[in-house]
Amino acid sequence: MTDLAISSRIQREPPRRPEYERKVVTTGPIGDAARPLSPWERLSNVTALRRLLVLALVAALWEGAATWQNNPLMFPTFSATIAALWDGIWRENLLSMVWVSLSVLLKGYAIAVVLAVVLTSFAVSTRIGNDVLSTLTSMFNPLPAIALLPIAMLWFGLGAVSLTFVLVHAVLWPLALNTHAGFTSVSETLRMAGRNYGLTGIRYVVTMLIPAALPAILTGLKVGWAFAWRTLIAAELVFGVSSGKGGLGWFIFQNRNELSIDKVFAGLVTVILIGLLVENVVFRWIETHTVRKWGMVR
Amino acid sequence: MNALTSLDVVDTDKVSERPLLDVSGVTLQYKTRRHLVTATYRVDFQVFQAERYVLLGPSGCGKSSLLKAVGGFLQPVAGAIRLNGRAVKGPGPDRMMVFQEFDQLPPWKTVKQNVMFPLLASGKASRREAEEKALDCIAKVNLSKFADVHPHMLSGGMKQRVAIARAMAMEPDILLMDEPFAALDALTRRKMQEELLQLWDEVRFTVLFVTHSIEEALVVGSRILVLSPHPGQVKAELNCDGYDHFAVGSPEFQATANRIHTMLFADQVENDRVEEVRA
Repeated sequence: MTDLAISSRIQREPPRRPEYERKVVTTGPIGDAARPLSPWERLSNVTALRRLLVLALVAALWEGAATWQNNPLMFPTFSATIAALWDGIWRENLLSMVWVSLSVLLKGYAIAVVLAVVLTSFAVSTRIGNDVLSTLTSMFNPLPAIALLPIAMLWFGLGAVSLTFVLVHAVLWPLALNTHAGFTSVSETLRMAGRNYGLTGIRYVVTMLIPAALPAILTGLKVGWAFAWRTLIAAELVFGVSSGKGGLGWFIFQNRNELSIDKVFAGLVTVILIGLLVENVVFRWIETHTVRKWGMVR
Repeated sequence: MNALTSLDVVDTDKVSERPLLDVSGVTLQYKTRRHLVTATYRVDFQVFQAERYVLLGPSGCGKSSLLKAVGGFLQPVAGAIRLNGRAVKGPGPDRMMVFQEFDQLPPWKTVKQNVMFPLLASGKASRREAEEKALDCIAKVNLSKFADVHPHMLSGGMKQRVAIARAMAMEPDILLMDEPFAALDALTRRKMQEELLQLWDEVRFTVLFVTHSIEEALVVGSRILVLSPHPGQVKAELNCDGYDHFAVGSPEFQATANRIHTMLFADQVENDRVEEVRA
């Protein structure tokens, strides 16, 4: 007995077992390679539904907290805010104020996008361009756009031009930074493939670099959008008073002065709603039809 | 020895035409952050029409650099590279590259668009011609079912097939393949090698193929250039036509493989010793 144990420990050899071949048989439901998901599983896969649930939860918490506080002057309830929003839209022309803000915003945004494209194209094609862009972005990106407002007002007066100036500043640098980072991270193989096709100059940038860097560019556009929106509302709070037409920031400022806090909240909710809409509808639509479809982003 | 020389004579007799690709005395150098590295030193070789010419060597022998130089991505410090008698100046669609990396396919284009892309970008074909050619080449690499799929849905082997179809659709003077099957699993690699040989049987393209696998070189190639490392220099040029996967076990195949192995590793041992002494 002990002899056998020792010998098997010393010269351990794998046991010789018989060979066999098998035919593959049909499997039951559990072995199926693919099975349809249950309705509940499919519903919980809808991102919009899950996000709406989060929004509803936040609204409920708000309503509960405000009712418990019971101080409508300082902290109106969710329902009161929605009522004020409704009132603002129909009686006080809130939508046209939103449009005033948005049109300035879009103008500044568009100018910044064009400038960013020019600057980054210059940066990828020449070494000095690269140095120019890197230096400028590291100089201006940390500088808050709103800090430029006094200078802008001095140079361009009170009005849309000053606003556009600070907006361009708010969008240009983060967008250029992200776009440039996207360009530099395009794989060497893809670059060589593009040059192999005989692509050079602007055609190379447009047909290879821009689509290859699209995930980073989209991130830049999103960051730029958020910066622009913040800057605009802040700028309107500061000098919306003296410019002829007020925007959304002006709406908030004016209602605070009149102590209609529910309308201040309505203005804030509008800012949030537009932000949600742009992020979850506009940018999401662009993403699902480009980078997600191409498998560049999960 | 006699047999070998007579073979050479027959060879040169048969090939009276001028070479398609003429690489003469090419020294390649590239800069890293700290060093100027010499990748190859005075390499000569010639590739003729319909040859499957393999650059074989251990890592560091500059075989990939040589291929990149032929592709026009690297300018030789000395020597000249001529394609059809004209000096290679930069990258161009007359030499299509197939890379090892799977990310060589633009992910924003479907398989069909990927194959059409170089045809359209180089202005070689109209949109309709390009589409026709693309579908034809996609069928040749057995991917017709996946023509409208984006690359991220494909397996590694399929992506490499798309890259081959894309290169073939251009009907380049020479196909440049940089270890195209090195990142594939062994089973897929073998299948791809077989498919490449089948394709060659049909189309008879000229291909310059880089590999570090002796077996792959013998199976895929018709002629092999053996390079030594640090810096790459020509060690030998061998004929290896007639070996397919079924020949892999044969004594003849093993003898050639061993011969190449000794060629490559005789140096390796010496170098290792030198390094040891230095250390």
